[in-house]
Amino acid sequence: MIRATFLAFATLLAGVLCAQHEPASEVAHATEAHGEHAGEVEGFNAGKLIMSHIADEHGWHIAGDISLPLPVILYDTRSGLHMFSSARFEHGHAAYDGYMLHDGAIKAVDAAGTIDEAGSKAIWDISITKNVVSLFLVMIALVLVFTSVARAYTKRAGQAPKGLQSFMEPIILFVRDDVAKGAIGEHKYQRFMPYLLTIFFVILFANLIGLIPFFPGGATLTGNIAITLTLALFTFVIVTVNGNKNYWKHIFAMPGVPKWVLVILTPVEILGMFLKPFVLMIRLFANMAAGHIIALSFFSLIFVFGATSAVAGYGVSVVSLAFTIFMTFLELLVAFIQAYVFTFLSALYIGGAMEDHHEHKESIV
Amino acid sequence: MLLASLVEPAFGLIFWMTLSFGIVFFLLAKFAWKPILKALHEREQSIEDAIGEAKKARDEVASMKADNEELLQKARAEREHMLKEARDIRDKEVAEAKDRAKTEADALLARAREDIRNEKNAAIVEMKNKVGELSILVAERILRQKLDDKTAQQSLVDQVLKESGTTLQ
Repeated sequence: MIRATFLAFATLLAGVLCAQHEPASEVAHATEAHGEHAGEVEGFNAGKLIMSHIADEHGWHIAGDISLPLPVILYDTRSGLHMFSSARFEHGHAAYDGYMLHDGAIKAVDAAGTIDEAGSKAIWDISITKNVVSLFLVMIALVLVFTSVARAYTKRAGQAPKGLQSFMEPIILFVRDDVAKGAIGEHKYQRFMPYLLTIFFVILFANLIGLIPFFPGGATLTGNIAITLTLALFTFVIVTVNGNKNYWKHIFAMPGVPKWVLVILTPVEILGMFLKPFVLMIRLFANMAAGHIIALSFFSLIFVFGATSAVAGYGVSVVSLAFTIFMTFLELLVAFIQAYVFTFLSALYIGGAMEDHHEHKESIV
Repeated sequence: MLLASLVEPAFGLIFWMTLSFGIVFFLLAKFAWKPILKALHEREQSIEDAIGEAKKARDEVASMKADNEELLQKARAEREHMLKEARDIRDKEVAEAKDRAKTEADALLARAREDIRNEKNAAIVEMKNKVGELSILVAERILRQKLDDKTAQQSLVDQVLKESGTTLQ
């Protein structure tokens, strides 16, 4: 409920900020389109700033003019695999090897520099972008942390947990006792523990690393729909593979329901099958993206007011800072809550798909 | 346009996410979750066992304590009994000793009395004999002196005959 309110508020705030600077933004785009960069410095575009912080990018902007170039990997169905540094694009100002960066996306261009739309469709972009690097960092951190924890368990078998192990243990136990056992059931939960623990910690680590505002962090993985889509897809596959006879019967032929109702009910149930992971995807993405949009919006207010008057900028900065700090703490809480919610709902869907047949009370009603 | 890119999943990211998630899932499942969950399960089992054992031990101690109490009670009762028995025996023995002493003393006294009486009787008999001897001696002496002349002897015989005649009549 709170999240929804915040999401609405964030959208509103972002909208206002965008609208406020619509003319400037259009000017910026217009000048950019003409390949002239100078005009952009004039005004502060909060919407663009926020979006560029949330969106993925080829190359990692660290601070000021310092930017870490990242490898661009393209598979072009016409010409095969291409690999080069993102520095070749010179932040979207230069074409390389017949490709150019346009609004964060790689497009095929001809020698003159005009975009070849048909050719762009043939590109499969699997570049190591900012989010991919962040993803690798999260994954490496996960493997390092948990193999070390596992080592602690084998080395100190039967003893009380210590250090990192004692920090992770209550979380692992929480996932096991309150999420898996509760949602899947005492007898079948064990098979899904590795998956549930993995998604929980992937989301948690990604959420937490997204809270760090500078270099190793900064990229909000879970605020990216591709990441949440993949996670939701994994849950969908596991639910579908583990669905028992009872589960499929409930989708295609709900027991105790008249035949003519099935005509309506079955499409709804089939839709529901896909809707569940879809909602998982949207919830995590929207929550994390919204949190960052709000924090960045408060931060941007300083510069929006600063652009009109320096005094107003300093005045607002105090309030903005307070709100940003508050938002960061809220996000810290949300990082745990969303990891829990995603894992819990995944477990619930898995549990629902494996539920044994029992007499239907619905048929009596 | 930028907003659209926000909700449009990028293929590259899905590709890398699927790949890295798959690998990490495999690695963690094999090298982290399996040993961790196993260790947790084992520890819980051992704690449960330990609690069960502790409870058993406590029950055992309690029953042992009850046994001890019973034994102690028994021992105390036995001691009491033994003491009482000893006292009884002592009393009895003292009483017996007293009785025996008394009867012995009595017997001693009775023998002493008997002896005294016997001695006295013997003394009396001896005294009688001595008196008889003395009186015979005296009588002999007197007779010897009296029967020196014939007349005296005759008168005495007459006297005796007379005396005996009277008795015969």
